[in-house]
Amino acid sequence: MRPVRVLVAKPGLDGHDRGAKVVAAALRDAGMEVIYTGLHQTPEMIATAAVQEDVDVIGLSILSGAHMTLIPRVQDLLREQGRDDVLITGGGIIPKEDMEALTARGIGRLFGPGTPTSELVGYIKGWFAEREKQEA
Amino acid sequence: MPRSADTLLSDFDAGKVPALARAVSVVENHREGYDALLGALHSRTGRARRIGITGPPGAGKSTVTALLVANYRSAGLKVGVLAVDPTSPFTGGALLGDRVRMEAIALDSGVYIRSMATRGSLGGLAAATREVADVLDAFGFDRILIETVGVGQSELDVARTADSTVVVLVPESGDSIQTLKAGVMEIADIFVVNKADRPGADRLRNDIELMLGLRKGVSFGNIPAHHGVDLKRVNPAKVARDAAASESNSWTPPVLSAIAREGKGMQELIDALDRHFAYLERTAKLAERRGGRTRERVMELVESGFKRRVWSDDATQRRLEQMLPDVEKRSTTPFDAAEQILEQSADLMAKPREKGR
Repeated sequence: MRPVRVLVAKPGLDGHDRGAKVVAAALRDAGMEVIYTGLHQTPEMIATAAVQEDVDVIGLSILSGAHMTLIPRVQDLLREQGRDDVLITGGGIIPKEDMEALTARGIGRLFGPGTPTSELVGYIKGWFAEREKQEA
Repeated sequence: MPRSADTLLSDFDAGKVPALARAVSVVENHREGYDALLGALHSRTGRARRIGITGPPGAGKSTVTALLVANYRSAGLKVGVLAVDPTSPFTGGALLGDRVRMEAIALDSGVYIRSMATRGSLGGLAAATREVADVLDAFGFDRILIETVGVGQSELDVARTADSTVVVLVPESGDSIQTLKAGVMEIADIFVVNKADRPGADRLRNDIELMLGLRKGVSFGNIPAHHGVDLKRVNPAKVARDAAASESNSWTPPVLSAIAREGKGMQELIDALDRHFAYLERTAKLAERRGGRTRERVMELVESGFKRRVWSDDATQRRLEQMLPDVEKRSTTPFDAAEQILEQSADLMAKPREKGR
């Protein structure tokens, strides 16, 4: 089976990329191809990179509190390009009711602080296997 | 997202980036129908200039690549970038981080950047990089920049893939013995000594110039002293280059200085690349290089087709299994066994193409 391609990006203005790097390394060690784009990405940059790289998954790390603006914006930009098949997941400091609101708009699971990396590896692998089955 | 091959091709023709990206994936993963796709695109390839950027890790390949792209963009050219990073041999995963240095060009609609993992290939590129470059060529990019993984000495695939190869080095890259060694120093059409504000840059440049001069057979015959030959006065590479310029059918790689972080030295690099391409065209070397690529490509396909036809044949598999015990018992040799299998499988080559292949 081909490797899962994941874009790990850090949108917005906060400069804390430790979490994103830990996640990127964990996904790499789980056998995925991780495209890491660095800090301070705009939703436009993230969507452009995701389309060019033809990724299966976008992992967003947001600690700034701007998740209700940034995540839907990325989703809208991807839709405009016909890429609504991409799983948008991520993590950060996100209140439970916001998580629910985002999930209701079709965003994947969002993970809070302290989540073991194995949990999100399992989540992405499970999602990918399910989608490959549907496509076959 | 386009599912069928037809919509993929028509979206590709319409210049849609998602279709380009998907076509790259189909080719990279050798998904079903990838050969038909490449076949359909073949007639449109051959327009783009392919430029390879290689060098040790941390030399500034991505930064140089991004600056080249920006330069070409301001000249109105469309640019595709293939940036290769290594796959872990242990987990199969990869961290592709070249985009981090390419932020300035990330939103330019005339630029397409694609990160590729080597996936077990050891030559500094991914196995599918050449095929993916064909896809980019067919999409209509004027320049295709191919950035290798950080190389040591023997990752030379880029020279077989690109029209012009740029080797980016830094003052810490080594002493005069390193410049004499075979391998990556031999594939450069242009050298860039990056981070030239660091100590040792002049010495490295001199060492490279000396190596190039020696390679061209420029001796020090007319120089009186043998201690402390002042290369600033008598630069063997310059002698060779001057000689080359007068005959115009040979090329001695220029050794450029750059401080890519500050954008210094990039115009010189663009000029050198243009001169090199003009040289390739003038001397028919371009046709030679590209012809060599075509030959290699067809031979590769013959070999992989050969393997596939032989090993997907049940009778051949059975013959192999029958033969093995005799080889184990030493009653026949591996060579005789192989010869027999080849003879008995000879008719496989005449078989019509299997469906879908």
